Amino acid sequence: MNVFHFIWQNHEQVLELTLEHLWLVGVSTLLAVLVGIPLGILSARWPVWNKPVLGTANIIQTIPSLALFGFLLPVPWLGDRADRLAILALTLYALLPVIRNTYTGIRGVDPAVVEAGRGMGLTDRQLLFQVQLPLASSVILSGVRVAVVVSVGLATIAAAIGAGGLGEFIFRGLAMVNNQLILAGAIPAAVLALSADFGLGWLEKRLRPQ
Amino acid sequence: MERTVDNGPVIEFRDVAYALPGGQPLLSGLNLQVRRGETLVLLGRSGSGKTTTLKLVNRLLTPSSGQVFVNGAPTAESDVIRLRRSIGYVIQDVGLFPHFTVERNIGLVPRIEGWTAERIRLRVTELLQMVGLDPQMASRYPHQLSGGQRQRVGVARALAADPAILLMDEPFGALDALTRDQLQREFLSLQRRLNKTVVFVTHDLREALRLGTRIALMEAGRLVTVLPPEDFLRSKDPLAEAYVQAFADGLDSSANRGAS
Repeated sequence: MNVFHFIWQNHEQVLELTLEHLWLVGVSTLLAVLVGIPLGILSARWPVWNKPVLGTANIIQTIPSLALFGFLLPVPWLGDRADRLAILALTLYALLPVIRNTYTGIRGVDPAVVEAGRGMGLTDRQLLFQVQLPLASSVILSGVRVAVVVSVGLATIAAAIGAGGLGEFIFRGLAMVNNQLILAGAIPAAVLALSADFGLGWLEKRLRPQ
Repeated sequence: MERTVDNGPVIEFRDVAYALPGGQPLLSGLNLQVRRGETLVLLGRSGSGKTTTLKLVNRLLTPSSGQVFVNGAPTAESDVIRLRRSIGYVIQDVGLFPHFTVERNIGLVPRIEGWTAERIRLRVTELLQMVGLDPQMASRYPHQLSGGQRQRVGVARALAADPAILLMDEPFGALDALTRDQLQREFLSLQRRLNKTVVFVTHDLREALRLGTRIALMEAGRLVTVLPPEDFLRSKDPLAEAYVQAFADGLDSSANRGAS
């Protein structure tokens, strides 16, 4: 029995796990964007924040994912439900690319454009929302794209703490030494990652300033 | 302290010094007045402090000591956003917003000042014609324009809210000689009509002589002398003489090459 036959036979479960997977990735990416973009703006505006913010995000990135899931397990409220925990961990990992690209994107705006805007009497807020963020949007989006692709992969590990997602198949397959089962998780995850990469890449190209 | 706005200088520097945060002085002991309706050219080499002087007017920089007055009011005490919106600013790199059309670029300050869409549209058309561009260009993006067209749009944008003062930092410096010549000519005719108070930065004596009502010569962060163009050519100041000499050398050598 080949793996695609297996996926077809179990398509309801594959679909359910895929949706769980998307939920984990989607919510964590959203949170990372909501937190990361303001942090990126903060460190671009006030350079004193740059080192502590990016440094912290960098350090988080170096913690092995399985260990991070483990560390968070005893935290009250969070530890009650595995998906909360997984979402928090994935959010923390997704922060670095979002913060870094927001910072780079804003800093990368042509200094002449910023100077002209300031000289014309734009307030800091007008400069940020009308000039800097729109011009940085494609760079920021490419950070989000990296975050999503990494999250899709990392989210498979969330199954180790019972958070669901396509990792379920992978861990079950590992335990049962069943390659088909592993692939039934890995292939849809790879498809998710590739489509997210492609879709966001397309959007990024459209947003890129001429 | 109410000053007579009509007769007093539009811009005045009093004992102004500016140093970088690290302490390196860029400008010292500057006393200078800019009169209503004149084009004051700041002439000097790079590093002479001319751009610093310009940026002190719209408070992109604030003096380390001394005071700058605009229309009799010290800039340090005025609302910086209002101050900047009352002064047009044109720079060499133009700095058009690449994600805005020409129309939105020109109409940005009017828009945030709350003008109606119709009034902005009329103003944009008027300004495009004023700087010698086809009003059809309004819907184009900056990357679709030539260097000269971009700089014209930059001038139109600076004039959008009809400021009485215009600051221009080597606006024609990056253009080819022919386009520069044309824009200088248009600047003169525009200036005859609009009668703005202009501070114009350049390192090119020819441009200074052509456009300036008075030329303020700067060197190493100090103002050397302020003279009308005709007096500048006859000046006995060593630095002014050196400028005139360099200018004459350029003409001589090209004449010699033509003869040989």
